[in-house]
Amino acid sequence: MERLVFLLSTGLARGAVLALFALSLVIVYRAARAVNFAQAAMAVVPVYVALAVTSAGGSFWLGLAVALAVGALLGAVVERGLLRLVPQETPLPGIIVAVGLVMVLQAGLAMVFGPDHRPVHAPFSQRPFDVGGVSVLSPYDLFVLVVAAVVMGGLALLFSRTSLGLRLRAAAFAPETSRLLGVRVPRMVTLGWMLSSATAALAALLLVPTGLGLDPHAADVLFVNAFAAAVVGGLDSPVGALVAGLAVGVLVTLVTGYASAAAAPLAVLVLLTAVLLVRPHGLFATREARTA
Amino acid sequence: MSTLTIDRLTVGHGDGAPVLDGLSLEVPDGALVALLGANGAGKTTLLRALVGLLPARAGRVLLDGADLSALSTEDRVRRGLALVPEGRSVVVELTVAENLRLGALRQAGRPRRGPAVDAAVAEMYELFEPLARRRDAAGHTLSGGERQMLALARALVSRPDVLLLDEPSLGLAPLVVARLLGVLRDQAEATGLTVLLAEQNVTSALSVAERGVVLSLGEVVADRPAAELAADPALRHAYLGF
Repeated sequence: MERLVFLLSTGLARGAVLALFALSLVIVYRAARAVNFAQAAMAVVPVYVALAVTSAGGSFWLGLAVALAVGALLGAVVERGLLRLVPQETPLPGIIVAVGLVMVLQAGLAMVFGPDHRPVHAPFSQRPFDVGGVSVLSPYDLFVLVVAAVVMGGLALLFSRTSLGLRLRAAAFAPETSRLLGVRVPRMVTLGWMLSSATAALAALLLVPTGLGLDPHAADVLFVNAFAAAVVGGLDSPVGALVAGLAVGVLVTLVTGYASAAAAPLAVLVLLTAVLLVRPHGLFATREARTA
Repeated sequence: MSTLTIDRLTVGHGDGAPVLDGLSLEVPDGALVALLGANGAGKTTLLRALVGLLPARAGRVLLDGADLSALSTEDRVRRGLALVPEGRSVVVELTVAENLRLGALRQAGRPRRGPAVDAAVAEMYELFEPLARRRDAAGHTLSGGERQMLALARALVSRPDVLLLDEPSLGLAPLVVARLLGVLRDQAEATGLTVLLAEQNVTSALSVAERGVVLSLGEVVADRPAAELAADPALRHAYLGF
């Protein structure tokens, strides 16, 4: 029982990071109708910059702010400088360019910073609290949960309550109609990329202290699990990303705790297959439009 | 509020022969002009070229004498042009209220904020009562008539200088068409809005328009007062098929 409580609470914290990363994939999918296969490599770059800022004497918080800014900037550069120049009629050219970008970024990071793991210290203790003899969340897990909740709440407010959010959604759903209403659609697509890659950078930054440390492939497994979560939730559904992200996080932690770490990817695959068999568009995909 | 001038406009699709070849037309300030013609006459092509969704091969589009030809669709809209395209261009993923807000974010091309947006949307609810009842319904749940109503309201709420409408009557019951066009005429009279109304439903269009322009194979073949056009059986027979 104690083990279950510990694993569940840790799973929720891991799931929050997964949900954030899955949300970043959903944001860019909604803005540009593209799955960004370079998201993991793009998310690690700002983490390296943040680590450099922190080890040069800046605080963790300054590093966090820099990571968000660099993430957003990288999103804009990749969209404006690369993917906008690729033919848009079919998704394949964009996917190939994204995979190429992964290789360039990961090789470039290894050349500049070296291929080794760099230990990253969490800003809070990772020793679990002891509640009545049962180990539960650590202060860092709590921090992760709070940050993820605040960011997701902020994004939800941005998209549902502000006029910028309304324009972002309209531009994603109906580009031509939005242009006819004076919305600058290309600018909205770039903004979507910026929001997405900043969110992914934050997820990667929250992840690295809990793993082996930072290396160019540090977010690869996160990407695979988050992609599975985004698909399970329905690729265009933010709520789906949240729910499925938490579920996948708990699932991975439970399987790792009770069986073995090697079985965790298999469990995610089984979940993905099962959901897609029953609901091919994902659990929270938007309903069909009325046609008559 | 503004005069729309089309000056020797040539537009085509792909490499083919132009659909419009050197077409000239003026829609004066505050006029309600019906643009008539059978399928393939070039009505939709003309409207899409006016807002820049189709590139012109030659010629100019002027709004109060200012050349819009080099501007993007977004910038033409910001100058005061509005198009309600064929086929009920509601954003089906958004609610009725969100669709209206999206239109209300600009007023005659300038940004509008906060309470002014709400007031403009409320005005449309008064004008189109069925929309008020369904304000929180998603666009995809609306009927054809409600969608066309919403598309028109969303264009009107931005207070354009020139409104271009492409076949608003398509697929709608005669009663709904009469009601929509009635609101359109009242709004045009009340605000001085300039309207170019493309229609195949000739009788309805001429009942609200002051002037009718008949297009055939991309050329203006008749340009006369609406009453005169409606009463000319030879012309109706030759170009409009009834």
